Amino acid sequence: MSKVLSVRDLRKEYGGTVAVDGISFDVGHGEIVGLLGPNGAGKTTTINMILGVLEPTAGTIHIEGLDIATQRSRALERTNFAAVYAPLPGNLTVYQNLRIFGLIYGVKDLAERIEVLLKQFSLESFRDVKCGVLSSGEQTRACLAKAMLNSPHLLLLDEPTASLDPARARDMRTKIREYAANGGGGVLWTSHNMYEVEGVCDRVLFLSNGKILLEGDPKTLRLDHGKKTLEDLFIAVANEPMALGKGQTS
Amino acid sequence: MNLNRVTAIVLRQFYLMRESPARVLPLFAWVAIDVVLWGFITRYLNTVTLSGFNFIPTLLGAVLLWDFFIRVMQGVTTAFLEDVWSRNFLNIFATPLSIAEYVSALVISSIATSCVGLIVMLVLARTVFGLSFFSYGLILMPFLLVLFLFGIALGIVCSSVVLRFGPASEWLVWPIPALISPFVGVFYPLSTLPQWMQYFSHLLPPSYVFEGMRAIVLGGAVSEALLLWGACLAVLYILLSCWLFTSVYHHAVRTGLIARYSAETLS
Repeated sequence: MSKVLSVRDLRKEYGGTVAVDGISFDVGHGEIVGLLGPNGAGKTTTINMILGVLEPTAGTIHIEGLDIATQRSRALERTNFAAVYAPLPGNLTVYQNLRIFGLIYGVKDLAERIEVLLKQFSLESFRDVKCGVLSSGEQTRACLAKAMLNSPHLLLLDEPTASLDPARARDMRTKIREYAANGGGGVLWTSHNMYEVEGVCDRVLFLSNGKILLEGDPKTLRLDHGKKTLEDLFIAVANEPMALGKGQTS
Repeated sequence: MNLNRVTAIVLRQFYLMRESPARVLPLFAWVAIDVVLWGFITRYLNTVTLSGFNFIPTLLGAVLLWDFFIRVMQGVTTAFLEDVWSRNFLNIFATPLSIAEYVSALVISSIATSCVGLIVMLVLARTVFGLSFFSYGLILMPFLLVLFLFGIALGIVCSSVVLRFGPASEWLVWPIPALISPFVGVFYPLSTLPQWMQYFSHLLPPSYVFEGMRAIVLGGAVSEALLLWGACLAVLYILLSCWLFTSVYHHAVRTGLIARYSAETLS
């Protein structure tokens, strides 16, 4: 499987605090990788560095071979993201936001693409509604539509289903699985919903204190570590990282 | 430079303006009030002074030029502040948009908004107070150009200040034109100022514009060399302001401030 994202020895320090401690991992085309870990483990810091809004203290990030440090624009043209903490501007309508971001990402046949996404994410009736008055679930869907605008080769999703009801969340998971399978895009997905992770991700990375403690297939990893469920494994990583971690495995 | 990306940011400003009287009104309301207020003051001065000196082209002309400069500066700053107010930094700066494209879009937005203010001022001054800007002749164009360039530079500096010190520092940038105005001699010749203030005046491009404007009104000639020097200074300030914004942006990316902007500081 060819790599869409390649992270090597990535490190971020804030003063004396190490947020991300020399992690390395890859995401392949058509692969969905779960980035898991307790609060403060370094997941969002890692995503911010991949998005180019946070400069690493050390290490490299390549998106389809393009170094984010030196070829930022070209690397980000093939990337997109959705995060609960980055809603679209509330003073613009769904359509306006999609048009603006579509222009920024250089989307071809933008008008048609927007119509497809409005339909795909059930946003047709909110087309001319300002994002600020949408419910949190509707805002999440608008963010996901923005994230899919440029059919990104690398899609970063930070808790993408956190505000969605179970039916919408399942629908969204299906869409993203289809996108990875059919479009060949790689997905880096963070979530605290282990049921979701097990159902969606091909591979998971468990982060704790900025290091990758475990890596593997979510369906078998729990069994490898004698845990009944992935959630049990998550709790063990959060509570007893030293007992589980044997350093980085990738 | 990708024109689509620049267009996207300008389009965003257009959408916001189109649907918001609160954004459109300040484009011309304050300048209109200034023109009316100073128009009547100058009329009154014309009646009480016996010198026969016409204050309208001196004082009202100065107000018009100064307001144009402020509108240009605020055009850049408010376009930038839209991203602050809507907490949009992460969405905007995690895209292929480059800093050069972003700043260019702020400048283009400012050209559009400041032109609205300028047109309203010209119409009001002409129709109500009989001041025609064309009476200054073609020299008006370099006057406006110098003020425009310096307004852009100051707008980018103000945006840098807000990016560096957080949303609350917005209140630091609004009074900056008022802080500069005593030094550039909007209403009086620079020779009125004490020597130490004049040193600063000579570093500020608008000083050359207002000195030139007064020279025309008094029947003298504008020093083209000095005006060119003012334009060169303004261009230099634009380059410095772009360097400042880029430096502040890189600092924000290095420290993580872009991603956590609402926190204002990371300490």
